[in-house]
Amino acid sequence: MDKMPKWADAVLVPLFSLILAALLSALVILAIGEDPIAAFKLMVNGALMRSAGWGYTLYYATNFIFTGLAVSVAFHARLFNIGGEGQAMLGGLGVAMACLYIPWPHWALALLGSATLAALFGAAWALIPAYLQAKRGSHVVITTIMFNYIAFSLLGYMLVNVLRPPGAGDPASEKFHASTHLPTFQDMFATPDNPLFRSAPANVSFFLALAACVFVYILIWRTRLGYEIRHFGHSQTAALYAGTNGTRITVIAMLISGALAGLMAVNTTQGEAERLILNSTEGAGFIGIAVALMGRNHPFGVLLAALLFGFLYQGGAELALWTTIPVQLIMVIQALVILFTGALDNMVRMPLEKLFLALRKDTPSKNGETL
Amino acid sequence: MTLMQKFLGAAATLALSAGAAFAEPALIYDLGGKFDKSFNEAAFNGAQKWADETGSTFREIELQSEAQREQALRRFAEAGANPVVTTGFAIASILGEVAKDYPDTKFVNIDGWLPEIPANVKLIGFQEHQGSYLVGMMAAMASKSGTVGFIGGMDIPLIRHFGCGYAQGAKAVNPDIKIIANMTGTTPTAWNDPVKGSELAKAQISQGADVIYAAAGGTGVGVLQTAADEDILSIGVDSNQNHLHSGKVLTSMLKRVDVAVYNSMKSGASLETGGSTVLGLAEDGVGVAMDEHNAALVSDAMKAAVEDARAKIISGDLEVVAYYTNDSCPALDF
Repeated sequence: MDKMPKWADAVLVPLFSLILAALLSALVILAIGEDPIAAFKLMVNGALMRSAGWGYTLYYATNFIFTGLAVSVAFHARLFNIGGEGQAMLGGLGVAMACLYIPWPHWALALLGSATLAALFGAAWALIPAYLQAKRGSHVVITTIMFNYIAFSLLGYMLVNVLRPPGAGDPASEKFHASTHLPTFQDMFATPDNPLFRSAPANVSFFLALAACVFVYILIWRTRLGYEIRHFGHSQTAALYAGTNGTRITVIAMLISGALAGLMAVNTTQGEAERLILNSTEGAGFIGIAVALMGRNHPFGVLLAALLFGFLYQGGAELALWTTIPVQLIMVIQALVILFTGALDNMVRMPLEKLFLALRKDTPSKNGETL
Repeated sequence: MTLMQKFLGAAATLALSAGAAFAEPALIYDLGGKFDKSFNEAAFNGAQKWADETGSTFREIELQSEAQREQALRRFAEAGANPVVTTGFAIASILGEVAKDYPDTKFVNIDGWLPEIPANVKLIGFQEHQGSYLVGMMAAMASKSGTVGFIGGMDIPLIRHFGCGYAQGAKAVNPDIKIIANMTGTTPTAWNDPVKGSELAKAQISQGADVIYAAAGGTGVGVLQTAADEDILSIGVDSNQNHLHSGKVLTSMLKRVDVAVYNSMKSGASLETGGSTVLGLAEDGVGVAMDEHNAALVSDAMKAAVEDARAKIISGDLEVVAYYTNDSCPALDF
């Protein structure tokens, strides 16, 4: 029997974690002599009260949705894919190939093509660790993180020696052709007298991320493959005994995970930078782990957690712009949220569970009596 | 209140605050941070010098992500900051587009390159290969083993540009000299990895190098430290790093980012824009650092040779090949 109701696990635990993180962050800000309430107001105003702020929040959230989903799909098979960073980099290479070398007539077709290549490249980068895990028992945590470094070197080589336009000093590809530029929220929602989302980077790939959430939900909870993935994750031996092919599940789960991570590049590379740059992933692959943890590996949870992290990133930018809080402390605040919602989960959960158990003893349910 | 009114109100507030804002300059540091003992810190020092002298203030931001480049440019411009000074080549292409939306704001970029420069943008570049050529000559003259080292940050064209000038200078003194070149890493952490810098320096020493030039931001601190510990000579970069290990640092290749930032802020709104300025030896934009910390290491012959080469480069009699010209280096393979 569950120690506390599901809603409490899904709502109360993250909520208390967030409050704790906020309190500790407030102390940090106080300690350097700034006003925590003013700082919080600035973050909320900058990230949520202006449409351009939302444009940035949703842009970051799009990245985190993809990488969060990538981590959670693999985690349903109890595979800890921490190579989202490298898979997203390869995804970026795929997007660049699609946008640079194919003359697309329309952005929608370009989106389709680049998303396909991004997913393929990301999945391919996850294939080798998956194979090594399934056939050779090399732990996927070790191999995926090592593959991140290989991906960085590969990307560096490609940008410096192959894709860089001659004469340019910046290790980046050429600008993609205008026909591949994705419509931003400004293009979609702004009217001449209502300039919404002005110059914010959020773009149509946010909807691709939402579609990915739905896809993952259906895959994990509504298909036979999803059932096999979860079964394999909960008990490998039972799944193998029931006739599940472990190699197949390991490889497929990692391929889907890598493809989702690769798709992130559509947002950053085609949607925002409109060219491939060296630092296009900027840690989103790792943030995805925290997002998946906080979102309890459920697509809806991942969506909410991604929005929260998007808010933290955009709010952090506002703090950096308008206060003298140094960027290192802004990272500390972001890290505190990750620490409390991810790593110190049990610190909040255990007292809550005790509380619910105590409440239950006072009012024994009918089930309890019949037992 | 309708949505429409809200936005009009917001626009009005923004306009008011923009009008009321004192036109203080803004400085946007490249990823890698303000206190890197090298490039960004030099920019900060220049801005601070301006602030101290004029008693004014300046806005600044250390970027945390790529998307913030455009955001910071726009928000500073909208808040009335003028001029907006940016460091690092990575922001240049975004700057080129954003600047067109803010014709009344002047933008400066250091190290960047643009095919077309908007009327309100000024690009400031440095002839790093010329300064590197001079320190390369000094390295070759100081070397007893006939082997000198180069440690770069990331393997990007800019750093090859440094290494290429260095190798040409060393070869000009001793055509048979052996040059060992290593790059620290492939990720941006390569700019701030003194431990790796130290290991690379040890590896180069074991191959016979007795003078090592570090062009690697914060990583160079480790290179200079190891060189001093192992009793060989090192060469610093960007800022004058001679004092870090007095008597052990042969010289430093100066890149006067601080002067560029200082001058930009000093000119303020009357800054001349719409073109690029390249600061080389002639403009004292680059050079070699001579002070009391390395006086004992620099022989008269070295001084004479450097002075001679410097004069020849300025007059055009001696041409140091820039890596960018053909994307290749005549003196060194990377």
